Amino acid sequence: MKRTGVERIQAAFAKAQAEGRAAFMPYQMLGHPTLEASPAIIQALAAAGADLFELGLPFSDPLADGPVIQAAGQRALENGATVERCLALVQELAAAIPHIPFCLMGYINPLLAYGLARFVADAAAAGADGLIVPDLPPDEPEAEELSALCRQHGLATVFLLAPTSTAERIRLGVARSQGFVYLVSVAGITGARERLPDDLAAFVQRARAEAQRQAPGRPLYLAVGFGISTPALSAQVAQIADGVIVGSALVKLAEQSGDDPAQAVASFAAELAQAARRSPDGRGQAAGLS
Amino acid sequence: MAETSDFSTYRYPDEHGRFGPYGGRFVPETLMPALEELETAYLQAHSDAAFQAELTRLFQTYVGRPTPITHARRLSAHLGGAQIYLKREDLAHSGAHKINNALGQALLVQRMGKRRIVAETGAGQHGVATATAAALLGIDCVVYMGTVDMARQAPNVFRMKLLGAEVRGVDSGSKTLKDAINEAIRDWVTNVRTTHYLLGSALGPHPYPTLVRDFQSVIGREARRQLLDPAAGGPGRLPDAVVACVGGGSNAIGVFHPFLADEGVRLVGVEAGGRGIQSGEHAARFADPLVSRLGVLQGTKSFVMQDADGQIALTHSVSAGLDYASVGPEHAWLRDLGRSTYTYATDAEALAAFKLLCEMEGIIPALESAHAVAEVIKLAPQMGRDAVILVNLSGRGDKDLDTVMREIG
Repeated sequence: MKRTGVERIQAAFAKAQAEGRAAFMPYQMLGHPTLEASPAIIQALAAAGADLFELGLPFSDPLADGPVIQAAGQRALENGATVERCLALVQELAAAIPHIPFCLMGYINPLLAYGLARFVADAAAAGADGLIVPDLPPDEPEAEELSALCRQHGLATVFLLAPTSTAERIRLGVARSQGFVYLVSVAGITGARERLPDDLAAFVQRARAEAQRQAPGRPLYLAVGFGISTPALSAQVAQIADGVIVGSALVKLAEQSGDDPAQAVASFAAELAQAARRSPDGRGQAAGLS
Repeated sequence: MAETSDFSTYRYPDEHGRFGPYGGRFVPETLMPALEELETAYLQAHSDAAFQAELTRLFQTYVGRPTPITHARRLSAHLGGAQIYLKREDLAHSGAHKINNALGQALLVQRMGKRRIVAETGAGQHGVATATAAALLGIDCVVYMGTVDMARQAPNVFRMKLLGAEVRGVDSGSKTLKDAINEAIRDWVTNVRTTHYLLGSALGPHPYPTLVRDFQSVIGREARRQLLDPAAGGPGRLPDAVVACVGGGSNAIGVFHPFLADEGVRLVGVEAGGRGIQSGEHAARFADPLVSRLGVLQGTKSFVMQDADGQIALTHSVSAGLDYASVGPEHAWLRDLGRSTYTYATDAEALAAFKLLCEMEGIIPALESAHAVAEVIKLAPQMGRDAVILVNLSGRGDKDLDTVMREIG
């Protein structure tokens, strides 16, 4: 029987865990730098060791994103990356790399314009496995509507938690997320940073304690994103979290690497993926971060 | 459309920050605790007599409230119909109604113990008001402004700098109000632990539409009292219509709200018709169903000008303050309830109204406010000479002189 998106996401994290590493989850903006290069880059990332993908749907006013992803979205829109074209790219990718789950990340307005029910059905049919909507907190009625639709189609709804999240909001985000919870490393927007915030390990620990408290046996993983731009930072995050999400650094490379962005992106991604392997004493190092 | 005749029991937003289907909180998770904190602080301040007394004191001794109403006798006679009364927010300190909300929120910032505020500005009036309040209360202030708006509102940029604010130009998107809001929100997300976002219109995530409305409702409360009181220059009766321009909609919601329960008072909002609805170059969110639909922009659900794919449309208005792709959620709700109606004035109509008010009354209005006057020019002749129209003159026009010189020489 065909596995659901939630199950495929869980399996990808479980496999990485069994191999003693954090799952590596690169982000790419669909349709960037061009409609043709975009799937080629994503396939090259798969070959370079991606365990899951976060694939962005472009939006004109992405208020959670820094300059790199803003510019990538703008370029994708200029390339004609409508929601429909993006889903066609996902379908093409799902056929080419069927073993890797895709989480779509898109702002709420284009999804509302497309129609939430139609979007979830079409995304599932195209082969998407999960959905991240950065401007839709879990307590809005539209989030409940989206979650119900995703359940019908086996898609994971992934909510974000931030270092500013209160205990009550961590409870809510953990309860409503499926597959994994997206932990925003730092109060801020997407984009490269030179170091991780001091309170990251404690924040991850708060989320983990809540996940354990709610359902000790439930396979709900914790992935950290925002600001992770180097193999060294990837290695640090891998010590404390189940997944490492790298966005702006890879998107920037795709933008700047001329004729063969896939090759340049893939070789950097291989370093990031390698760094996500844990050192032998594993999580013991997490204490060093806090 | 729902019809509710009794507005004495009107209680919105609901506990989810919704005005019917509109409003809500569509923001990154990082900001949610700040919005919850703001809501709590506001609810406490709202029922705190000391807070209200301090705000009233500043309104009276600093802003110059109550602002008067002026019977526009020559304009009324010229149009040959209703008697026109102007609510003179142009006489408020810093030149527009924006100071009411800026001071109210700045007092809240003090109460919450934050030391830095960020704000967006379109016409520059909210930026100036925020810089003014920040200077008065000793708070650090950064104002984001689209570079297109900086060019067309240069005097206000200089004013903000004089008042000690840092003005950061925004070069993304259409380089206007919407893009300034994006950057202000991005700054806020990054510095949320120490920074308050002093949003200037009845827009954005809950609780902003509510607290901006409440701080601006002083306009309508005063005007209602003044109209009823001949000693304050009023006709001694309620108006037949209240007219205000609507960008985000803060001056309109402020003047409308105290009249909601007055059944006989028509409430008319005037959007920016730009170069005409057919041209597609406008900001008339309620007038163009081809490009304006229910959607989410910058934290709130309302009517949003967008393309078929849900990308936000570029807007145009001769007035920077009305040049925005969405509209305050409560306006959308009052329109659904049939309590307020919305029309638009084109750039050309607003400029003609601007000129007429200068010549007839010796008052130079903001181009935003001139849109409301443009509607009055259409409305007044259809009404009898004993009818009364209140128009909210939301700001003064000094900032617009360069634009008007270019447009009409």
